[in-house]
Amino acid sequence: MPDTTAERAALIDGAPAPGVKKTDPIVVADGVQRTFGGVHAVDVDHVEIPRGAITALIGPNGAGKTTFFNLLTGFDKPNHGSWSFDGKPIGGVPAYKVARRGMIRTFQLTKALSMLSVMENMRLGAQEQPGENIARALVPALWRRREQQITERAQDLLARFKLDAKADDFAASLSGGQRKLLEMARALMSDPKMIMLDEPMAGVNPALTQSLLHHILDLKSSGMTVLFVEHDMHVVREIADWVIVMAEGRIVAEGFPDEVMSDQAVIDAYLGSHHDTDLGDLTEEQQAELLDETQAEVEREEDRTDG
Amino acid sequence: MDFSFLLLALGQIISPQTIAYALAALGLAVQFGFTGLLNFGQAGFMAIGGYAFAITTLRLGFPFWLAVLSTLVATTVMALILGIPTLRLRADYLAIVTIAAAEIIRYVVKTPDLIPITGGSDGLNGAAVTFDALNPIPPGSYGFGPLRYDENDLWIILVGWVFVIVVALLVRQLMRSPWGRVIKGIREDEDAVRSLGKNVFSYKMQSLILGGALGGLAAIINIIPTSLQPDNYGTQTTFFLLTIILLGGATTVFGPLVGAIVFWIVLSLADGFLSLAVQYHWLPITTIQQGPVRFIIVGVALMLIVIFRPSGLIGKKREAFFA
Repeated sequence: MPDTTAERAALIDGAPAPGVKKTDPIVVADGVQRTFGGVHAVDVDHVEIPRGAITALIGPNGAGKTTFFNLLTGFDKPNHGSWSFDGKPIGGVPAYKVARRGMIRTFQLTKALSMLSVMENMRLGAQEQPGENIARALVPALWRRREQQITERAQDLLARFKLDAKADDFAASLSGGQRKLLEMARALMSDPKMIMLDEPMAGVNPALTQSLLHHILDLKSSGMTVLFVEHDMHVVREIADWVIVMAEGRIVAEGFPDEVMSDQAVIDAYLGSHHDTDLGDLTEEQQAELLDETQAEVEREEDRTDG
Repeated sequence: MDFSFLLLALGQIISPQTIAYALAALGLAVQFGFTGLLNFGQAGFMAIGGYAFAITTLRLGFPFWLAVLSTLVATTVMALILGIPTLRLRADYLAIVTIAAAEIIRYVVKTPDLIPITGGSDGLNGAAVTFDALNPIPPGSYGFGPLRYDENDLWIILVGWVFVIVVALLVRQLMRSPWGRVIKGIREDEDAVRSLGKNVFSYKMQSLILGGALGGLAAIINIIPTSLQPDNYGTQTTFFLLTIILLGGATTVFGPLVGAIVFWIVLSLADGFLSLAVQYHWLPITTIQQGPVRFIIVGVALMLIVIFRPSGLIGKKREAFFA
């Protein structure tokens, strides 16, 4: 890819570190904290998401990535903290208003509206349809023209995502991967400034992954900001300009993909310290050590359930 | 053997009671079938609407249109009171609150202290006076055989059916519009709809108000040819309405109409055949047991429908409610 290094270097204003300033941030969050019982699910001091770039949010399961997503998009309320989108504070703003301001999200478990047709799913993503008002809905003359525009845009997007043949089918009839595509296409109906994808590649077959990657890169080239949660490191390495690593609710590292992924702390947090040793290659001593560790863990677990 | 009940059952097709249930069921279909709101208190909306109409007519001397307006106001207020605290929560909360509210209303209006206003357990008679005053049909007896209607019966049947058809067409228009799209989206997954920038709470509230208002108007049609009886608006009525929409098709506009007609015909036929069976000792039951037994028949019929025709009589197979 041409010249990404320079382009990427221009994103930040300082040395890569958790909470580093960005030259042109679209999202700035400060002191965002969310606790469930006694657990700090999210505890982010400061983070900025660069505009017009693809940022990956990675971290082990339970790191608080999805919770952080929910907080930013208004689907959950934090205990403390403030954050802004595009220069305006959006803390405490309800989810639908966040979406109207141009920050659209997708969900980890795909939410295709199964008993609506694919086309209706798409149309629902559009904004400023006067027919969504109950009184005007009764007079088709007031909304038919807008409906026409919406439908044309939906057809374009469906063609781009190769779903046009399915337009009249119920969304329930789509495969898991196609639903991911539909959800992404639907999110684009409103021309958002920023799109937040929660595990866009989960459960998608490898052939489709490639086309999804291209779609995400396309979004960036059309000027959109992308933030996505992903577990597949190849995907992250391939498309992300910037990587934010979360563990136990905190942001533990930030940086360019290649550097972050060779950071020992990140590797340990994310993959565990034995991730790169093949069990067959271990010396007997190491095997015994590992076995002891595992057994100790199992015993602890049993103690807890017995107690 | 007296088979005149067959013709009486036929009369159920156009009876005001059928109209009222069709309209109330249509309201419930808007809430439950299209929006996914579990309103288990449609009978409460009917009661509130019926009492608003009857009390303003009889106690305050309101003209017909003003009394209808007060019904709409009353059901809207009830929808707001029930919806504001519950529509932000999971669906079950609305179900609990509505079923309780409907019972509270029924007990409150029956309170002896309120007899000067609500008529207590006896209900209210004569609320039809303003409606009958508008009747242009000349006095007389219309119909054939055992199906005889006087001019006032005919008047409410005509107005009622025209009104139900007009409302059904309006609801159909709504459901085919972008508004209906949002509503159906909410039924499928409200978080997804929220993430697309729609004010889900407001749409659910609109749906609750619309459905409740149809319930209130249905009660007016129900009380005009007879009287307002508080016990006609117990939980049983709500479950009749749910039966009707599942029978006709919960996600259709004309399903509730078809469902209401079929429901009352079946109930009436079951009643007729059972009386014969009891009279000629074909069945080992008494006249007293006959009433409950016909509901057993209806219950079994409902189970068969949900099992073998989950989308209702006129629903599309793919939009089945119990898929």
